[in-house]
Amino acid sequence: MRKKQPALIVTFATTAAAMEAESFCLANQLPGRVIPVPREITAGCGLAWKAPPEAEEQLAGALRAAGLTWSAMQVLEV
Amino acid sequence: MIYLDNAATTLQKPPQVIDAVVRAMTAMGNAARGAHGGALEASRTVYGARVKLAGLFGCPRPDHVIFTANSTEALNIAISGVLRPGDHAVTTDCEHNSVLRPLYRLEEERGVKLDIVPADKLGRVDCGDFERLVQPGTRAVVCTHASNLTGNVLDVARIGEIAHRQGALLIVDASQTAGALPIDMEAMGIDVLCFTGHKGLMGPQGTGGLCVRPGVEIAPWKAGGSGVHSYDRHQPQEYPTRLEAGTLNGHGIAGLSAALDYIGEVGLEAIEAREHTLMDRFYRAVSAMEGVTVYGDFSQPRRSAIVTLNIRDYDSAAVSDELSEVYGIATRPGAHCAPRMHQALGTTDRGAVRFSFSWFNTVEDVDAAIRAVGELSSFS
Repeated sequence: MRKKQPALIVTFATTAAAMEAESFCLANQLPGRVIPVPREITAGCGLAWKAPPEAEEQLAGALRAAGLTWSAMQVLEV
Repeated sequence: MIYLDNAATTLQKPPQVIDAVVRAMTAMGNAARGAHGGALEASRTVYGARVKLAGLFGCPRPDHVIFTANSTEALNIAISGVLRPGDHAVTTDCEHNSVLRPLYRLEEERGVKLDIVPADKLGRVDCGDFERLVQPGTRAVVCTHASNLTGNVLDVARIGEIAHRQGALLIVDASQTAGALPIDMEAMGIDVLCFTGHKGLMGPQGTGGLCVRPGVEIAPWKAGGSGVHSYDRHQPQEYPTRLEAGTLNGHGIAGLSAALDYIGEVGLEAIEAREHTLMDRFYRAVSAMEGVTVYGDFSQPRRSAIVTLNIRDYDSAAVSDELSEVYGIATRPGAHCAPRMHQALGTTDRGAVRFSFSWFNTVEDVDAAIRAVGELSSFS
């Protein structure tokens, strides 16, 4: 197993919302990728967006400005 | 074979559709079930198809595009998820059994009160009848965008105005028009649009869905695996998951997505223009033939590319069989799952023969059909 590192984890209510966020992030060159939701989190959707912790402000701002919604955004050791 | 049964399903598909299905069957996992490459490929494909459909139909949100196996399933979900015990609903004589039977069932099981707008001998409905039958407290108007029998288009925008004035929802069956005629949910006041993927949209069978206006609540028709909220005893409430229990037809949706790309490249206007031209050429020729009776209102400037007829007093099944066996022309005889429309047209005794045209038909196809009808009608 790879060593755990702090990461920003963004969760979503539905897979459609996760895919919408992924599409937006890729189009806008925002950092991160889709991962399965870590067990530490209770989330609706089984998919999460994982990004470097320092990207929190950038990601939250961009998603909010685009009118996209997420369930939770937090830094975890994953 | 000359295929003129496109109102049942389009047989000729764009090659990209077939390629996309094959590619999906070799590369795609299960959408919304995991985050490995194959699963993500499926989730992305499904989401991409939602975006394209939302754009095509003027649905404000891609996550309010719900996939089903066909428009019958979509209509069952919409009708049974909206109508509550004792509710009042209005529908029309023009409907397919995919609308009528779910409504009849709810009449029996939930005491739903149903009024039906009559059609005249040309298969037309009068908006004045909607004004009369839609009352304050009516829960929903359920109507087709175009009759699968006559091709007549209903004035959905005006029906939507009438429904909304009384606080009713408008549920539209776009089985015959999706991919063939322009549809804009917002401009036409459509609250729930039900569509199939395998007719005008030129996708695979087993695809379809409903587009739901944000704010419209539809109770889940089925419950089960969703890939989300797995420890919750109840079906998640968020669209599209609320109405999509179970594995989606990802392979089919991949094909549908490719078909939507094709329609986008060709252009809906071009598709409508070609289909209308073919239909009009056929109609003008056969309607002038002695012994041929054509059904429907051909004064409409915009209609579904369907011409339904009978020849003399022949059984429609015999005519369709003759067209197939002698001329190699595929048509649809009988009742077309549209019992009330046949009653209105006076054709319940022998049905009628339906010719329906698609983007892939040619003038040569039409002229061959004209010659065949001419020969059959000249026998005495």
